[in-house]
Amino acid sequence: MFNYVIRRLLIALPVLLGVTVINFIIMRMAPGNPVDMLVNPKLPAAAIEAKRLELGLNDPAYMQYLNWLRNLVLHGDLGYSMISYAPVTELIGSRMGPTLLLMGAALVLGLAIAIPLGVLSASRQYSKLDYTAVTGSFLGISIPNFFLGLALIYLFSLQLNWLPSSGMRELGGGGGFLDVLLHLILPVIVLTANVAGRNIRYVRSSMLEILDQDYLRTARAKGLREFLVVNRHAMRNALIPIVTVLGMEIPILFGGAVVIEQIFSWPGIGQLTLSSIMNRDYSTIMGLNLAAAVIVIAANLLTDIAYALVDPRIKNSYRGAAQS
Amino acid sequence: MNLFKRYLGRKAALPAPFGAEWTAAEEGSGNTGSRKMFLRRFRKHKLAVAGVAVLGALIVCAILAPIIAPYSPTAMTDEFGAAPSWKHLLGTDPVGRDQLSRLIYGARVSLSVGIGSMLIASVIGTVLGLVSGYFGRWVDNVIMRVTDMFMSFPYIMLILVVASIVGPGLTNIILILGFLGWPAVARLVRGSVLAVKQTDYVKASVALGYRTPRILFRHVLPNTVAPILIFATSGVAGAILDEAALSFLGLGVQPPDASWGNMLASAQTLTVLTSQPWLWVPPGVLMIAGVLSINFIGDALRDALDPRNNK
Repeated sequence: MFNYVIRRLLIALPVLLGVTVINFIIMRMAPGNPVDMLVNPKLPAAAIEAKRLELGLNDPAYMQYLNWLRNLVLHGDLGYSMISYAPVTELIGSRMGPTLLLMGAALVLGLAIAIPLGVLSASRQYSKLDYTAVTGSFLGISIPNFFLGLALIYLFSLQLNWLPSSGMRELGGGGGFLDVLLHLILPVIVLTANVAGRNIRYVRSSMLEILDQDYLRTARAKGLREFLVVNRHAMRNALIPIVTVLGMEIPILFGGAVVIEQIFSWPGIGQLTLSSIMNRDYSTIMGLNLAAAVIVIAANLLTDIAYALVDPRIKNSYRGAAQS
Repeated sequence: MNLFKRYLGRKAALPAPFGAEWTAAEEGSGNTGSRKMFLRRFRKHKLAVAGVAVLGALIVCAILAPIIAPYSPTAMTDEFGAAPSWKHLLGTDPVGRDQLSRLIYGARVSLSVGIGSMLIASVIGTVLGLVSGYFGRWVDNVIMRVTDMFMSFPYIMLILVVASIVGPGLTNIILILGFLGWPAVARLVRGSVLAVKQTDYVKASVALGYRTPRILFRHVLPNTVAPILIFATSGVAGAILDEAALSFLGLGVQPPDASWGNMLASAQTLTVLTSQPWLWVPPGVLMIAGVLSINFIGDALRDALDPRNNK
C-alpha cells in the first residue's frame, strides 16, 4: 500500500509542475497587460516603464516563471494581485471557504440523492420509479445551471419571497449559521441537481452490472430476503466505483461554481476568477488555476488511494508493470 | 459518418473487443440485419425517438434560419421590450430586436458550436488516444501525463481564461472548446485500443506485416468507433451548455449576434426577470429541449450499439 501511495505521488508531482507551466504559457499569450489598466494612460512613458520594471514584466518569460515558482516553493508566496495589491494567497484563502462550503454541500446532498435513487432504480429496473429516476437524471444534466438558477431566483426570491437571492449573509448584522444556511439553499439546489443528475445513472448501471452476477443468484437461491441481497451483497460492490466519482466531480463542480457564484453573488473562488479575468489580473488568475488544480489533483490522489483500499484488486494490479 | 456506417455494416452486434469472431459469410448477410437490429433497439427508446424529432426540427430551423425568421436577428424594430403580440410572436428585447428571430438564429450558434467543437475534439482525441494506446511505453506515458495536466484544470475555468485571451466570438468558441475538449476522448480511445490490441485479428495484421497506419486506421479504429460516437453525442450536448455558459458570462458569442446563452444573460436584471419572462424563458426552454434530446439520443445509441445487449 505504501509503495502504491508513493507511486501515485510521484506521478502527481510532474503533473502539477506541468500544470504550472501550461498555466504560465497561457498567461503569457494574453494580450494587453495590467499596467495599461492600472496606470493613467496620460502618464509619461518613463513612469509606465518604471511600473513595468517594478512588476517584473520586462524580464524574459522563463525568468518570470522561475521567479514565480521559487517564491511559491520557498515562501508559499503566489505574488500580489496586480489590481488590488493584496497577496494572492490571502485573496484565494478568503474566498476558498465559501466555495468549498458550496461544493461540499452540493456533493454530499447530490450523492445522498443519487445513491439511494440509483440503487432503487436498478433493483426495480423498468418500473415507473426507474423511468422517473432516469428521466430526472437526464433532466439534471441537461438543464443549464444558470437557467435553473434564474428560475429558482424568480420563483423563490421574487415571487414567493422565501429565500434570499444573493450573497452569503444579510447586509449589516446577521451572519449567523441560519443566515448563511438560508443563502446557501438556492445555489446548492442548482449544483445538487447537477451532481445527482450525473450520478443517478452511474450508480444505477454499476448496480445493474452487479445484480447480474452469479453470487447474487446464489444469495437469492439460499433464500436470503431481497432486501438483504440488494443492500448487503450487491450494494457493497456496486458502490466501489462510486468512490471515483469524487475525483471526477470536483473539477466539474469548480466550473459550476464559477457560473453559480456569479448568479447568486456568492463570495467565492468563482466570482474572484471571473473578476480577475475581466481585469487581466494575471497573478491572481495563475494562483487561482493552481489552487484549483492542486485541489483536483489531491482529490484524484485521494480517490485512487481510497479505491485501492476498498478494492484490493486495483492495488495488486499496480504492483508490477507500468500503469496510468 | 463513413466510419459509423462501416461499423454498423460490420455486424454491430459482435465487435472484437468482446472476443467475438465473425466470418466473411456473416459479414455479407449481417449488413442489413445489423442495421435493422440497430434501428429496432433504437426505436425502443421512445424518448430518444422524440429527441430525434426535436433535434431534427432544430436543425431545420438552424439551416433555414434566414427563410423562417420573420425579422433579421440584429435589426432593431420600433418596439422596445414589447410583450408577445401578433407582430412579434415572442416579443422584442430591450433594444427592440425580434425575440423569435434571435431564437432561431441562436439554434444555429448552439448547433454549430456543439457539432464543430466536438468534431475537433474527437479528431485530436482519437489520434492521440490511438497513438497512446497502440504504441504504449514512453509515448503512452507522455501523452497520458499531458492529458492528466489538462484534466487537472477545472474545465470551465480553463475555457474562461483562454476565451478571455483569445477573445470572444463564435469561431473562437468552437476552436477553444474543440482544442480543450480532447483529453476525455483521448483517454476513452486509449482504453478501447488497449482492449482491441489484444485481439487476434490485430496480432494477425501485425504478423502479416501491414504497415502501422493501416493497422491503426483500418483495423483498430473501426472497433473503437462506437464508444467515440456515444461519447461525442453527450459531448455535443456538453459543448452546447458550455457555449451557453460562456456567452452568459459575457465571454462567448457577443451581442448583437444571438446565442441562447447571451439572450439569457439579459435576464440577470431584476426587471427582465420579473416582468419580461418572454425574454428568458424561451431560450432556456429551447436549450433544455435541445440538450435533453441529444442526451436521450446518446443513451439510445449506447444501448443500440452495445454488443452485450443482445435482445
